[in-house]
Amino acid sequence: MNTLQANASLAGKRILIGKPGLDGHDIGAKIIALALRNAGAEVIYTGLRRSPLQIAQVAVDEGVDAVGLSILSGSHKELVGDVVAQLRQLRADDIKVFVGGTIPAEDQPHLRQLGVAAVFTSDMPLEDVVNILAKSLA
Amino acid sequence: MSSTDNPTTASTEPRLKPVNRSGIEVPTSVDASAVNPDNIGAPGEYPFTRGIFPDGYQGRLWTIRQYSGFGTAEESNERYKFLLAKGQTGLSVALDLPTQCGFDPTHSMARPEIGKVGVSLSNLSEAEILFQGLDLSKISTSFTINGTAAIIYAMYLAVADKQNVPRSKLTGTIQNDILKEYVARGTWIFPVRPSMRLIADSILYSNDVSPRFNPISIAGAHVRDAGATAAEEMAYTLANGLAYVDELRARGGDVEKFAKRLSFFFYVHMDFFEEIAKFRAGRRMWARLMKERYGVQDPKAQHFRFGVVCGGSSLVAPQPYNNVARVAVETMAAVFGGAQSIFTCAFDEAFQIPTEFSAELAVRTQQMIAYESGIARTVDPLGGSYFLEQHTDRMEEQITKVMAEIDAYGGVIPAIEDGWIQLRLAERGLERKLDTDSGDNVIVGQNHFKKLNEEIKVGEVFKLDPTVAQRALEKFQRVLDTRQQAAVDASLSKLAAAAVKDRENVMPYLVECCHAYATVGEMVACLKKEWGEFKEPVNL
Repeated sequence: MNTLQANASLAGKRILIGKPGLDGHDIGAKIIALALRNAGAEVIYTGLRRSPLQIAQVAVDEGVDAVGLSILSGSHKELVGDVVAQLRQLRADDIKVFVGGTIPAEDQPHLRQLGVAAVFTSDMPLEDVVNILAKSLA
Repeated sequence: MSSTDNPTTASTEPRLKPVNRSGIEVPTSVDASAVNPDNIGAPGEYPFTRGIFPDGYQGRLWTIRQYSGFGTAEESNERYKFLLAKGQTGLSVALDLPTQCGFDPTHSMARPEIGKVGVSLSNLSEAEILFQGLDLSKISTSFTINGTAAIIYAMYLAVADKQNVPRSKLTGTIQNDILKEYVARGTWIFPVRPSMRLIADSILYSNDVSPRFNPISIAGAHVRDAGATAAEEMAYTLANGLAYVDELRARGGDVEKFAKRLSFFFYVHMDFFEEIAKFRAGRRMWARLMKERYGVQDPKAQHFRFGVVCGGSSLVAPQPYNNVARVAVETMAAVFGGAQSIFTCAFDEAFQIPTEFSAELAVRTQQMIAYESGIARTVDPLGGSYFLEQHTDRMEEQITKVMAEIDAYGGVIPAIEDGWIQLRLAERGLERKLDTDSGDNVIVGQNHFKKLNEEIKVGEVFKLDPTVAQRALEKFQRVLDTRQQAAVDASLSKLAAAAVKDRENVMPYLVECCHAYATVGEMVACLKKEWGEFKEPVNL
């Protein structure tokens, strides 16, 4: 059986995995949550159908280092923009935002402009996802 | 491996493994001693291993059905007319997430999602536009709808009433399978138990007023997408099917009658014989469960009728044209498995809304297999194959094992309420992802035989009209302005009264609400008030 190695830079890091909007495809979010936990991070998963405000609020209340947003419905531009804006309102712009899901390459520059630290797609190996996140939070 | 003249990366050649993803050992060679003749029978005869009809596809070809629908009702109506003109024989309606989750377009959660993954069907006037110029007595319509399935079915009845089409002539399907929504697809609304009641109400009502309509399609496809193996996909689906049968019987339904209108829905992935064996085993197991557990006598009520999607998560973005070949192989597996209806994904469906070009190619693939390949002529042409019969038996054993684990937990309903199945699926999904990352699970073009420096892009990208949401909101406001509010209020209060009475069927009240132009959001809010909302267990 294949397993993920623990990543030392993730030790003690708190990461919130959020599902904003109405998209119900949560397996990607859950796989990432399990993978990050196996790699050594503390992971909180919001569950489905959270508003951008709810996600930002949980991120602040839980004092997380990063928020990962999983979106497969095509509404990533609006939803990511809203979460970033809510975090700013709550003076929590230091929390890093990551996005995963079905995100067309042409939309990635827009998300990066919004301040997203990295965009992950489903074909990316989990080890790469973990390493990119770990490096960014180190 | 000779990859020197192709621009592929040097990777080690994958090995053929002696075990499939369902965990079933696959022997190098099989002889006649592996076959248990008691399990096979004849086509059209109990236990239907070889198919539910003696004449297979000679009697009737499978329904060629494509999933489609986006933007507003006007745009989808146009697309349906295009697909019917191309030879498609049934419509499949995709609905946007606000409609699926029971929010009106004006709700704050709805705004970013209007018209994105399907058509916005917020009230009867949208349904009237969607089916304008389409004769509902002649077309079969399949709705991928679950949380609000009873409402959308009520709306379809109301459109038929408006078109003066007798309800008894309606054919088609609503997915209406809430149990798998809680574990894999996520468009749940109410808690599990009132949801089961709503489903039973809609099935029993449909049996009476639209007896040719399939009021449920019990689906394994989504748990498969989430990571389940083929054996688990079938096991969860059969277990859910039994839960619905128990609920329907508890609400006074006659199993000999309602079981005739239960249908099923699966994915087919690339492991050819694993898939064929899955369908044959499932069909046999369902017939035996109906007969042995419930004493069902009528063969039609023992029949396991199913539709299939070819593609889905087995399609990948790198070297996208490889997906055309994948869909062809998967379609053949569905045909050898005896599917009643087939949906072929477009090769670009893994990363965008299919274009007209890719959608047409997907339909043509089915037509080539149906009319050029010759494989549809003879019923169950692989029946009697030493390997396939043995593989079908082993698949059945594996499915039985998973079903026993669910039973040991206490059945599907507690297993879902506690989040037990959800966690199992997530762990399975992680396992599959890691196997894909490592290359153990071979995906040509993605983790083996990759092109060097391939820029992953597609030729045509479908553009959704950015004014869709605005137009939907304007139309919605017009309906609110022109409908008779008193009729809406009266119909909603009758619905609320029916919802709290255990022995009342809510369906006639939903139809009345639809006729009054009550909105999906209003009907859902009314039922939520009486039934509450599902609390998702988040126990990763």
